Amino acid sequence: MDVASAKLIGAGLAAIGTGVAAVGVGFVFGQFLNSALRNPAAADGQQGRLFLGFALAELLGLMAFTVALLILFVF
Amino acid sequence: MAGKIDPMHQFTVEPLVPLNIGGYDVSLTNSGAWMLAALAVITLFMWGGLKRQVVPGRWQMAVEGLTGFIDDLVKVNIGPEGKKFTPYIFSLFTFILVANLLGLLPLAIVPGWHPFTPTSHFSITGLLAIMSFSLVLIVGFWRHGLHFFSLFVPHGTPWYMLPLIIPIEIVSFLVRPFSLALRLFVAMMSGHILMEVFGSFIVNGFGSGSPVGFGVGLISFIFIVGVGALELLVCALQAYVFALLTSLYLNDAVNLH
Repeated sequence: MDVASAKLIGAGLAAIGTGVAAVGVGFVFGQFLNSALRNPAAADGQQGRLFLGFALAELLGLMAFTVALLILFVF
Repeated sequence: MAGKIDPMHQFTVEPLVPLNIGGYDVSLTNSGAWMLAALAVITLFMWGGLKRQVVPGRWQMAVEGLTGFIDDLVKVNIGPEGKKFTPYIFSLFTFILVANLLGLLPLAIVPGWHPFTPTSHFSITGLLAIMSFSLVLIVGFWRHGLHFFSLFVPHGTPWYMLPLIIPIEIVSFLVRPFSLALRLFVAMMSGHILMEVFGSFIVNGFGSGSPVGFGVGLISFIFIVGVGALELLVCALQAYVFALLTSLYLNDAVNLH
């Protein structure tokens, strides 16, 4: 296998991470909704934590995206 | 105009007004111009709302809604001592929000023009993150002196866990500016790449003249409408997340653990 095609395959593999981060973000919001419907009165106070969890989960997907870009454009 | 899709071209920084001072290139670039545009929009928006009427009109309500939103964010996350950080968080939030939104303007319908998002560059978001991080360090050492290092030792940690916990806390502390900058920059850049790629699919699909190309163009068109709405959400969300995380980090510095 030559380097160019290996690069494309590697970038594609790195992009899997963004999909996994989508699972994480969905989990964060799903769990929030789940518990917010059980106790709507307490839901508004937890929005900061909701977005904190969202940001942390999303960051890892963005990292995977960055790695894919690095493989494609830097090497 | 079927051609090669070049999604990275939109991020090129071009000098608009070339200027050289003492061998340094200090030209006004399109990045700088769009930051000035963001400044102008924010100034106009705030100036229109600062009428101090007892019964506020629509515009003043909008401005008060924005300031009240940031005020609440700071109050909830830092507490009463966080009031003096409100201007900083507010500037950060409004600048990121307006710069993000200006980058989405459909200016490319004017030939030769294209919008530029300053926040899609690591140099800009990195600077914003370094500003936040240095503020955390300055406030932390100013208020607590060397006691600030107790941030790395969470309350109630058993002593035998300390050799493990302290390095983890230090690394997670040091990686903060990096993650703060990376999140904003990659979120904006990936959104713009996505829109560019699917926009090119529409142009190339409709331009190819074949039924399959037409189908691809149509599907891309429907898709990009949804992506456009999602991008508006991401713009606001990333600005909010940046402000939220900055205030959380400031909370660490002000109140320790």
